[in-house]
Amino acid sequence: MDLRKLKKLIELVEESGITELEIAEGEEKVRISKAGPPSSAPGYTWMMPMQTGAMPVSPGQSQSAADSTAAHCEVSETKAALPDGHVVKSPMVGTFYRAPSPGASPFIEVGQTVKVGDTLCIIEAMKLLNEIEADKNGVIKAILVENGQPVEYGEHLFIIQ
Amino acid sequence: MFEKILIANRGEIALRIQRACRAMGIKTVAVYSEADSEAKYVKLADEAVCIGPAPVAQSYLNIPAIISSAEVTDAEAIHPGYGFLSENADFAERVERSGFVFIGPRPETIRLMGDKVSAKNAMKAAGVPCVPGSDGALPESIDAIKKTVKEIGYPIIIKAAGGGGGRGMRVVHTEAALSNAVIMTRNEAQAAFGNPVVYAEKYLENPRHIEFQLLIDGHGNAVHLGERDCSMQRRHQKILEEAPAPGISESLRNKIGERCADACRKIKYRGVGTFEFLFENNEFYFIEMNTRLQVEHPVTESVTGIDLVQAQINVAAGKELPFRQKDIVFKGHAIECRINAEDAYKLTPSAGRITQYHAPGGPGVRVDSHVYHNYMVPPYYDSMIGKIITYGDTREQAVARMRIALSEMVIQGIKTNIPLHLDLLTDATFLGGQFSIHYLEHKLALHNQQVEQSG
Repeated sequence: MDLRKLKKLIELVEESGITELEIAEGEEKVRISKAGPPSSAPGYTWMMPMQTGAMPVSPGQSQSAADSTAAHCEVSETKAALPDGHVVKSPMVGTFYRAPSPGASPFIEVGQTVKVGDTLCIIEAMKLLNEIEADKNGVIKAILVENGQPVEYGEHLFIIQ
Repeated sequence: MFEKILIANRGEIALRIQRACRAMGIKTVAVYSEADSEAKYVKLADEAVCIGPAPVAQSYLNIPAIISSAEVTDAEAIHPGYGFLSENADFAERVERSGFVFIGPRPETIRLMGDKVSAKNAMKAAGVPCVPGSDGALPESIDAIKKTVKEIGYPIIIKAAGGGGGRGMRVVHTEAALSNAVIMTRNEAQAAFGNPVVYAEKYLENPRHIEFQLLIDGHGNAVHLGERDCSMQRRHQKILEEAPAPGISESLRNKIGERCADACRKIKYRGVGTFEFLFENNEFYFIEMNTRLQVEHPVTESVTGIDLVQAQINVAAGKELPFRQKDIVFKGHAIECRINAEDAYKLTPSAGRITQYHAPGGPGVRVDSHVYHNYMVPPYYDSMIGKIITYGDTREQAVARMRIALSEMVIQGIKTNIPLHLDLLTDATFLGGQFSIHYLEHKLALHNQQVEQSG
């Protein structure tokens, strides 16, 4: 079960009146439950078996399920209030990576100042790594996709202010 | 069998392929340009990937974007549909090298048939009758060209080896016009196809366009699925097709069909393919082969009962054909009308929002269209928005059903060629069958002349 599918399921629960959704696909199972009134705890919990092999992440770049859960909760909380600014969109179809190679530090972090031409990320397509550059000067306000996530043409990647 | 197929096309054929996949329990990935984000099949696909902005070069002809989409969705095979990259041997090769199955023939076969000179030579060697011509590329010296053409006999048509589908051609009636015609066609061919090689063929004055559908698996089994008459054309574009071709006897069908099947076995063809012929004075003359699914495949499906898209997928998955030639039965008659978003007689394209849409129905009526009520027809792609196919026990019944279907059909907000089809369906020449490929253009010219005179 890949990240894009999980993201879609979460959106589904978010937008509907469903309080709990459980889906089983083969040996994998996902349960998404909506918490009651807003609380300090993250809104969603899900359980996922440690099947990192099943995710569309290339070997060496895989993260444990726990890491991606935390990262995803982070994203779903910031989803509610996206900062204003220039949106950097993906110019191609491929897999998004935040760092030049597995284990290396990411090109940029939220809060970092960038100028036109600075490399923001890599999109891998057909075994080629393409550096995606900033097309505006400013501060990175948000990173909208996950490391290892497939992206399509026009997908929103970053917000620069 | 494949678990997931990526459909590298748009419009009605993308929906057609998606339907076949769904019927076989195969997951579908739709790729789309920004102009097609509201397409019906995009919303119905299991996964959809935006591959680029509207212009085809950056989207539907964008090989890295398409292959990359297959990578990120873990598709196993790519179906190229028709047009776009479907007869691009480089694309087929790159798809295979990237680890996916290309649903179509081998790249070498696409290359062989893509070069119209080598295609003709391969067919001649296989015993398929061809249009008499220059037997290869035209020589360099004008004197040698004049000699070659004299032997063929005027009028002739000069064709680009890298062309096809009606592009890169010029008719020559007299020797005086020959030299310039060759130079111009060569220049056009170089510019359009990157290949200046041209050849010459006898120009047939009043031929019909009759093509044969072939289906071959990877185990050497080849069957022909009969012929289609596609003579109703303008500017080399078909607008109405039917199966079977009126006036073709069963023995002639089997004779030519078997020659084509034999040729396919010889060149180790794989998948579906169509042999296009010009038919004049009861003789068939091969002009070219299309190594892909054709727009008009539904009429063959109607009279044979075989789902050609499912057959393509089965063959690509390595399956053997479950039938032999003796199992193919031809029953009834089918007609297809291509519905284009254009002024019926002036042929100017008419993009825009469909403000009212109502599809026809009833026995023997098939609607292959991706449009729907409030759909926005984009201006970036060809004008065909759908096809209506009718089937009947006889040609008369199929024609009657088409007249009724088109009279029920409502498409408002854009112009369509439905008025032209309704005109054709009561046209004496059409109803008599066996008209030449020039008929429609004569009819349109006459109509436009009359409009000018009265207006």
